[in-house]
Formats: sequence, structure tokens, C-alpha cells
Amino acid sequence: MCKQKISGIIEKYRGKPGAVIHALTEIQHANHWLPRAVMQEVADALGVPFSQVMQIASFYKTFSLTPKGRHEVHVCTGMTCHLRGGARLMEKVAEITGLTPGETDTDAKFSLEAGSCLGSCSIGPELIVDGKHYGRMTPERAADVLKQYE
Amino acid sequence: MPRLQTSAELEALRAKILAGRDPARPSIAVCGGAACDGLDSAAVAAALAAEIKNQGAGAKIDFRVTGCHGFCNKGPNVLVGPDDVCYFEVKPEDASEVITSALKGEVVDRLVYRDPASGEKAVHMSEVPFYKHQMRILTGDIPRIDPTRITDYIAIGGYSALAKALSQMSSDQVLQEVKKANLRGRGGGGFPAGLKWETTKNAPEKTKYVIVNGHEGESAAFMDRAMLTGNPHRVLEGLIIGGYAIGAQQGYIYTRHDSPSMAKHITAALEQARELGLLGKNILGSGFDFDVELHFDVGIFVSGESSALMRSIEGNPPEPRPKYIRTSVSGIWDKPSNLNNVETWANVPEIINRGADWYTSIGSEKSKGTKLVSLSGHVVNSGVVEVPMGTPLRTIVFDIGGGVPEGKAPKAIHFGGAMGGSIPIDLIDAPLDFDGMAKLGAPIGAGGLLLMNEDTDMVEIARYLLDFLVKESCGKCVPCREGMYQMLKILTNIIEGKGRKFDLERLADLTEVTSLGSLCALGKTSSDPLKSMLRYFKSEFEERIAAGSQTT
Amino acid sequence: MTDMVLQIDGKEVTATAGMTVLKAAQQAGISIPTLCHHEKLEDYGGCRLCMVEVESRGRTNYVVSCLYPVETGLVVRTRSEKVDKIRRVIIEELMARAPDAPELLRLAHEYGADRNRFEKEASFCILCGLCVRYCDEVKHKCAVGFIEHGHVREISFIPEIAAKECWRCQECFAICPTSYAQAAYLLTEALAFPGQRKKASAEAKRMANIPAVPVTFVKRPPASKPEMAR
Repeated sequence: MCKQKISGIIEKYRGKPGAVIHALTEIQHANHWLPRAVMQEVADALGVPFSQVMQIASFYKTFSLTPKGRHEVHVCTGMTCHLRGGARLMEKVAEITGLTPGETDTDAKFSLEAGSCLGSCSIGPELIVDGKHYGRMTPERAADVLKQYE
Repeated sequence: MPRLQTSAELEALRAKILAGRDPARPSIAVCGGAACDGLDSAAVAAALAAEIKNQGAGAKIDFRVTGCHGFCNKGPNVLVGPDDVCYFEVKPEDASEVITSALKGEVVDRLVYRDPASGEKAVHMSEVPFYKHQMRILTGDIPRIDPTRITDYIAIGGYSALAKALSQMSSDQVLQEVKKANLRGRGGGGFPAGLKWETTKNAPEKTKYVIVNGHEGESAAFMDRAMLTGNPHRVLEGLIIGGYAIGAQQGYIYTRHDSPSMAKHITAALEQARELGLLGKNILGSGFDFDVELHFDVGIFVSGESSALMRSIEGNPPEPRPKYIRTSVSGIWDKPSNLNNVETWANVPEIINRGADWYTSIGSEKSKGTKLVSLSGHVVNSGVVEVPMGTPLRTIVFDIGGGVPEGKAPKAIHFGGAMGGSIPIDLIDAPLDFDGMAKLGAPIGAGGLLLMNEDTDMVEIARYLLDFLVKESCGKCVPCREGMYQMLKILTNIIEGKGRKFDLERLADLTEVTSLGSLCALGKTSSDPLKSMLRYFKSEFEERIAAGSQTT
Repeated sequence: MTDMVLQIDGKEVTATAGMTVLKAAQQAGISIPTLCHHEKLEDYGGCRLCMVEVESRGRTNYVVSCLYPVETGLVVRTRSEKVDKIRRVIIEELMARAPDAPELLRLAHEYGADRNRFEKEASFCILCGLCVRYCDEVKHKCAVGFIEHGHVREISFIPEIAAKECWRCQECFAICPTSYAQAAYLLTEALAFPGQRKKASAEAKRMANIPAVPVTFVKRPPASKPEMAR
């Protein structure tokens, strides 16, 4: 199922070297990570060296070279959230999930990421799970929020 | 809707839309901005919509979900027309009372604003202290429109500036008007937009591009996103006018990938504008062809830097180029490209409609117009604020912001995120403007104003900001990549009590060389926060170093 | 091609439009130190060592000479207190990464840089990009590239390509200022395709009547530790 989607994306951008980032973004969105073989296909189809695809894939945080978890957990580490205790929230979430930012757990349940200013500064500190915002978050409440996710 | 062939047809459409609307009719505007959304305003909106249906009042009351109303920490915000009654912290359970009273022209007393100190009520927007001291030229329309309906934007006068520019002014005249207005870039540079436009216009290449930088990576700045999500047409109109003035055929909007509603609103705006012929070939019969593509970043701060952003649009990694290869002359695919911030473009329609003379009557001597400020931190009232340039910081912090919560004393004000600086609170009477604030060491940047209370550890803030930039450096040049990293190490040591006597000397060398030697603005300004901390709060550093060397 | 006259270190220099200040200086016999520059490669502007002071239209600026275009009447100073300080600190920062690189030791001696000024985190790579760019622009193989960004950036050999190309080429080993490129290649080979070189070398020997190219280890210049001027 996903293989078809990926092939479709690659075909859409075949022969367009300027579209590497677009292609990788769509594949990441569909597949949740970028397998090496797929990156090689992208390189061949779009006509760019593999090292360039690799550089782009490793450059950006949104691309993952290892499979991501079912739930993406972002803790905002922007300046306002930081002032209001964002670091302590991150510590707590790291403790609960057993992850450091950038990691995914072995059950592929959670992926943890440090977000830098997600734009809801007035209700910081913020925890965002699968795009859902939990504002005015405290370390104490974090466990209850994460418990809801399978 | 049929394609508009002339400006006259646009006016006819506008009249038709207005004829079908009754300004005296009650209306409900629910804020769907980032913060209110995080406080579940969607549930409030759903409850209100359901209640309207229940009461069979669909024909008697207008309902819309809008972008950011501005008073973010008091959300979910609901604005009730026609008298601009402001309700705060609205819950889904309040729906029935809100609708019933709106239909009767009454007010739900418990939902209105109350001053935390005096308990004084303020029912209408113009009375609420947060709004009273603002001049909401750019943001005032956001609660009045549904951003996914172009007809709403047209109803409030949208695209009249574009029609005026295309039908009554030459491209040169438009450019001269913007120059005369002294519109300065609002992304952080403060560079006169008109001059940039002119450089691009005069570049010999025929193919030219105009770009909206909606990346907004600056920490604690959220007003560009509010603008793009709440009134994308305003920004788009400015961009099309700019394209006309400069002679560009293609525009790009470059923004963050992490806001689905913003993506949705901009996409809808582009589609609807195209449908009406406000984008595409022969816009309003003027002979001007122009279209816009939407691009998303992939999650790195440096891609907000103009030359890096252009690399990203090309599909390359966002590595910045040195500034002496000016992007106005050689930008995307080496073609002349004019990049401006969201807020800068949003100012253009009003400048064309009301004229440069009107615009220059607002603001201070060298900084004209209004400025969007994202007010946050240790402040009672936080959100998106719009004030004339030259407004004293005291007004923003106390009159609008309501001061510091929990009875604490304010200590410092920080501008510009990781590339800005902090000033101590005793400089609070300084006016908000580009040049004065830069001289004080706290350039306003994109306008994120962070208030810090007496408990704030300035050494730790300096370290935190460096840590942010270290993670965002592209890594190409040595002074930024290695210099910042070493600064971070030294600050971390100081904080951990391992500071040494020569640390301040090493920091001084590092800040100097990183500022002079870095390739792009990220590296060049990376040490500015630290420099401002050392300028105004040096004793905190010295104390930590002294304390550390006592224990080692 | 229009000629223009500028001033470098008080000397009048003629240059053609489009030339960089570095090129103009080199042509006039004035030396400016570089690390990431190579005549066969596009100018990069990464190491910033070639920074010079320029004066134009009444303003003084600090720019990298490898990228800054010549202008009529430009006044360039390749040495000054500030320029020397910038270079010294850059060398000190790089020595935290490659403390014993001979080229850095030589530069340290010239600019009075302290090898131990900054906390070391020796990756042995100064990320000058010479190997990456050479393999791309000259050899057109892209066997080695950059990965990651910021201070965790690294060079990385692509095993599939390196296995086929590198041992016959090795040209980037010689231009690497720290010998890290060679080390990185050998590590990649050992992990990803061990023994292949020996096998391929034997095969080539068998198939052609030319001797197989032996792997030569780049000889380091004689290690004469200069006295630190401190």
C-alpha cells in the first residue's frame, strides 16, 4: 500500500532535480520515515547524486531516517515556553517516554521532538501530540495526557 | 463565481455582496487562532453553531470562525457584533446564553472583561485596556472575516488597492508611493522596502520573483502566522501589488509546515483569488500576469534567512549566501528576487489606498506605520498587539500588557528572539522603533517582545538562546559553527560553577569574531543576546564565575 | 573584459571584472591564507580564513576575499589588527577539532594562535568541504558528501559508490588538510566492504597487464613542531 504511494510520489517528480525536498516531504508524510532504498530511488528518478538526497534528508529535523512512532510528541522549547518552565516539562516528558528529543521508542509508540516556538506562546508551556495542542501544561499533568495514547 | 475582467466588475461584485449583508445584524466571531485553538475554541465554535441551528436562528445571526483576535491568553475569544462585545474564556456550555443574548442585543455579564486589579468591567472592544491602546490597522479586520471566504474580504474593501494600482497607477508610481511611505522591512532587517523593490526592478533580467517570507522562526514571535492564517488575502493583495510594481511574474509564499489551518487558509485564498481572476493572466484586464506558489519549510530556523530560503525554494539545502551577492539582483535560480516579510507585504494595500502621506503621519521620524508585536513572557495580558511605531515600551508592557503577574517586579525586556537582545527595565520609556532599539542593543527584530520578571537568570537565558542557535546553524562557516559552540560550552561551564577567570575574555573574542566573520545573519547576530546580557547584566556573569572559582 | 585598478596592501593591482579579491591578490604575488579554497573548485567561503579588510565608498567592511568581487578603487588590507585577530580565533577554533593538523600548526605559528585556547572536541575534520566538492565538481562521482548540520555535521562516504571508485582515485586524500578524508574512507571500507579492494586489485592485475594500483598512504610532511610564540 505504502509502496504504491511512494512510487506515485516519485513518478510525479521524475526528472525534476529541484523537487527533492518536495518529494521527500511527501514520502515522509506518507511513510513516516525515509528508507535508504527509497532515497536511492528518489536520487535516480530525480537525477541528483545520492549524497545530495542524503544531505537533505539528514539536514532537516522533519525527515526521519529511522521509522517514527505512532504518536508524535512535541514539547515546545521556544523562548516563552522556556521562561515558563518548558525545560522542566521536557525533562518530565523525556522521563515518561524514556526518550531524548529526536528519538523513537522501541515499541514505535512515541517519537519525541523538541519544537522551537510553535506559535502559541500565550498558553505556554505547550505539549503537542499528533498535532493536538495541550496548553498551560505542567509536568504533573503531562503523564495524564500521554496515558491517553496507545 | 465568474472571473472578473475589469476593476469595474470587482466593484460591482463588492456592491452585490454588501447588498446581501445587513451591518446591523448580530454576528458571532469565534477566534480560531493558534492559542485559542489550543484552548479548544473548536469545541466552542461547534457548540455555538449547534445552538444557532437549535434555535433556528441561522437567518438572523451571522456566524464565522476567524483567525486570531489578539488577546491570546484570555481565549477562547468570541466577538459579538454589531457592537463589538468581547467575551473571554468562553466555554461550550456558554453557547445557549451567548446566542440568546446576541439575538436580543443583550450582554452576558460574566463573560466580559474585568480588570484584575480594579474589577472594572469593559464590555466593548474599544473599552478593553488590551485593545484600547492599540492601533489595529492590519489586525483589526481579522475578527471581521472568515479567512476561507474571499467574499468576506471583498466586503470589507479587499482588493480595492490592487484595482487602484492596476487601473490608475503605473508600476513606477506604485513603487514611488511605497518608497515615499518609507515602509521598512518588518522581518528583522528594517531595510526600506521601496529601495529593495527598486533594486529588483532595475536588475536587467526579465524574469523576476517576489517572495513572502512567512517562516517566522524567531522565538516568541507569532504575529506573522496570525496574519497569514487570519487574513491571507491581505498579504496576497500586497504581494500582487508588489509584483506589479517590480515587474515580477511569479510570487512565492514560503511558510512553516507545522500549521494545518494556516496551510488550508492560504491554499483556499490562492484558489479563490485565481477563480476570480485576481491571480493568473491579465488580472482585472490590466495586462499584468502573475501567479503564486505556496512552499513549506521543513523545520529548520536558518531557512528563514532570505538567501537560504531561496535555496530551499529551488529544492536545495538552505545554505545562505554572503550578502554582497544581493538576492534582489541574483536570488532564486539566480534571478532578481525581492523578499519581504509577511507584515511588510500586509502594509502595502493600505499605503496604496490611503497614500504615503497618511502612512507617514503614523509612527516616529524614521520608523513609520504600525508594528505588530507578539507580547508574551511574564506578562498578564499576552497576544498579538499592534501599535504605532514610536509607542513607548511602557505603554505596551503596562497599559496593554497589564504588567507582571503574581505581583513580581519586571526585570528585563527581550526583543528579537535568539538574534536580538535584552534591555533592563529601567529603559522602559524607550520608544518602539528600529534605530533607537538597535542602539540600545535590543533590535526589535520581527517584533517578539518578551517580558522577564525578577526571578529570571540572565546568564541562563543567554545560554538557552545560544543553545537554540547552535542547533539551527547550517554548519558551513567556521565562526558560526565552531564559535557559537565554544560560546555555549563556556556559558554552560559558568552556569555549572566551572567558570574561569579568562572566560569573559574568551567570550569577548568569540562574540567579536563570530559577528564579523560569519557568512550570514544567523552567525552574525548569534552573539547579540549575549552581548546585551554582558552590557547590562555583567555582574551576574562575574558573580557566577567568582562563585565557581571559589569551589574549584 | 574590462580592467580595473584596486589597491591591495598599498600596492596598485590590476584585475579584470568578475575576479575575486583573492585571485587578484594571488596574481599580484600577495599571499592570503586559505583552507577551503582550491583552484579547481568553486569558491566556497566556508573557512573564513581569507577575510580581509575592504574600504569602498567610505565604509570599511570585513569580507572573505575568495568571494568578494574586485571593484575599481577598492582599498584592501590583507593584514590588520582586526583581520589578524579574526584569523587567529578561527585557527584556535579549528584546532579544537584537529589539534595536530600540520597546516593548522603552521598557521598557528604565523598568527600566534593558542592550540589549547578552546575546549577540544577532536573530530579531526575541519569541514572545509574540499573532499566533498572535489568529488562532485572535478570527479563527478559524489562518493562523499555532508550529512547533518551545525556542529554535528560530518563527511560521509557512500559505501556503494566508494567501493567502486575510491581506491583507484584517492585524490581527495591528498588535498585534505587533516588527513581525515583518508581515515573516513578507510573506516567506511572496513565496515561496509572489507576485502573488496584486495579482491578487485587482484582481479585488475589478472585481467590487464598493468600492475594494480597499490594503496599509497599519504605521507605527512616532516613533523617539526614549531615553537609556540606565547
